[in-house]
Amino acid sequence: MNKTMKKMMVAAVSMAMLAGCSNSNSGGKGTVTTDGSTSMEKVIGALGEAYQQETGVGFTYNPTGSGSGIKAVQEGRCDIGLSSRALKDEEKESGLTETVLAYDGIAIIVNPNNTVEDLSLETIAKIYTGEIKNWSEIGGKDGEIVLIGREAGSGTRDGFESITDTEEKCQYRQELTSTGDVITTVSQNENAIGYASVASVKDTVKAVKVDGVSPTEETIKDGSYVVQRPFVLVTKTDGKLSDAANKFFEYVTSADACDIITASGVVPAYKEGK
Amino acid sequence: MKKNQLLEKIIHGVFLILGLITVGCVLLITVYLVISGLPAIQKIGLTDFLFGTKWASTASDPKYGILPFILTSIYGTAGAIVIGVPIGFLTAVYLSKIASPRVKSAMQTVVSILAGIPSVVYGLVGMLVLVPGIQVIFGVADGASLLAAIIVLAIMILPSIIKMSITALDAVPKEYEDASLALGATPIETYFKVSVPAAKSGIAASVVLGVGRAIGEAMAVMMVAGNVPNMPNSLFQSVRFLTTAVSSEMAYSSGLQQQALFSIALVLFFFIMLINATLNFFLKREKE
Repeated sequence: MNKTMKKMMVAAVSMAMLAGCSNSNSGGKGTVTTDGSTSMEKVIGALGEAYQQETGVGFTYNPTGSGSGIKAVQEGRCDIGLSSRALKDEEKESGLTETVLAYDGIAIIVNPNNTVEDLSLETIAKIYTGEIKNWSEIGGKDGEIVLIGREAGSGTRDGFESITDTEEKCQYRQELTSTGDVITTVSQNENAIGYASVASVKDTVKAVKVDGVSPTEETIKDGSYVVQRPFVLVTKTDGKLSDAANKFFEYVTSADACDIITASGVVPAYKEGK
Repeated sequence: MKKNQLLEKIIHGVFLILGLITVGCVLLITVYLVISGLPAIQKIGLTDFLFGTKWASTASDPKYGILPFILTSIYGTAGAIVIGVPIGFLTAVYLSKIASPRVKSAMQTVVSILAGIPSVVYGLVGMLVLVPGIQVIFGVADGASLLAAIIVLAIMILPSIIKMSITALDAVPKEYEDASLALGATPIETYFKVSVPAAKSGIAASVVLGVGRAIGEAMAVMMVAGNVPNMPNSLFQSVRFLTTAVSSEMAYSSGLQQQALFSIALVLFFFIMLINATLNFFLKREKE
């Protein structure tokens, strides 16, 4: 009895020590705090990790959503805010500056057995507002269109609805809480249509062309694929960044970061000679 | 001798503290929920909140009516009970009274495994098998619906109903049954006219426990119900439960929307308190 107790104590103490150690790695050189969009989790996580390894400066990311991230910068609760939409005019007037980090395309996905290949932006809007109800109306097989979307507050939903101008008008059949769920559901239902970040689209679904343009890195970068949104770094216009934050900012907007950004599935905004 | 007494006292104190931690957690959660749930109800207005039929939390003119969620939770739970209770109850009668000891122990193991399956697994199987199944069988455009959620919930509440009913039925004194058999009643007559009535409080408690499990489930129903805040007018409609209303929007919410989500949690909390009170009532009666 006593022996097992001792063993358990030793285990508990050593675990506590381990936990303590992992926390104390990043001290010394200051930290960069970021706060905002959950859609940017992948890209900002990869950038933060790479930066941390290279410089030893600590990095934190608080996934709260674009709106909260912007507010956090305003209130000075973080160094850099992350937003998966462009700043509104009133936000810019309130003393914030946006720097586009990358562009993320939103793919319109259908089941691979669906014969529809190309939709215009207007048709997509009509589908989602319930004006077009059957695939046969737009050249597909007969079948009621099943609209799959994301939950209210999702950055992808916000992006999709503002681009197609269907805010508050979408007649969703399902509101799912993750990109993965949307893709799985569309791959299971022949009559489904959904939207998801281009980076996450797999072979189990088919991304349709929008106005004849398929979503690729080039078409997203040159803007010809219209269903896209910027990933934005938000900073205070008049405020000065801390040294650590400033270096991080320069790092992620430099050419070195492009590979990391591309690897996480979005298109870097960096242009040569800027 | 003295040393022993001291040790006793210390251990007594330790147990008391551990007990207080549990009580403290309940109090903390209750107080926190009430404090964070009330402001939104005040702002929205109690009747608008509870009986409003439209939920549009991110619209430019936001609407916070949770009647669709309340009705969905009630219908979903009721449906699960309608399907789950007969199956669970009859299984319990069979296992407790009719089955041979080997069959009983084997099946009880299976029931325990059913109870141990994480709800996300139920949801996943529901999403990949049940939802497409409903779509094909009933010829609807999409299978994610109230019906899918009811079926998943019915399966999920089976273990609690079966286990608790078996305990209640096993506890019926053998003399009751012997007397009935000696009077010439058949075994089946005896089970349903003597054993079951004698165990009725325990069986009722098992049903209430099932209700509690069904109304509090979030993950599995989120994956099969479609999650659109519709009024539940048909079995094949995409619906949102009280639990999923909180969990699906919490991640991105802010301001009044977030407060309203806490208020939904508060409503859910009241429901579960009510169910717990009912459960205690039945358990107490069984003891007497």
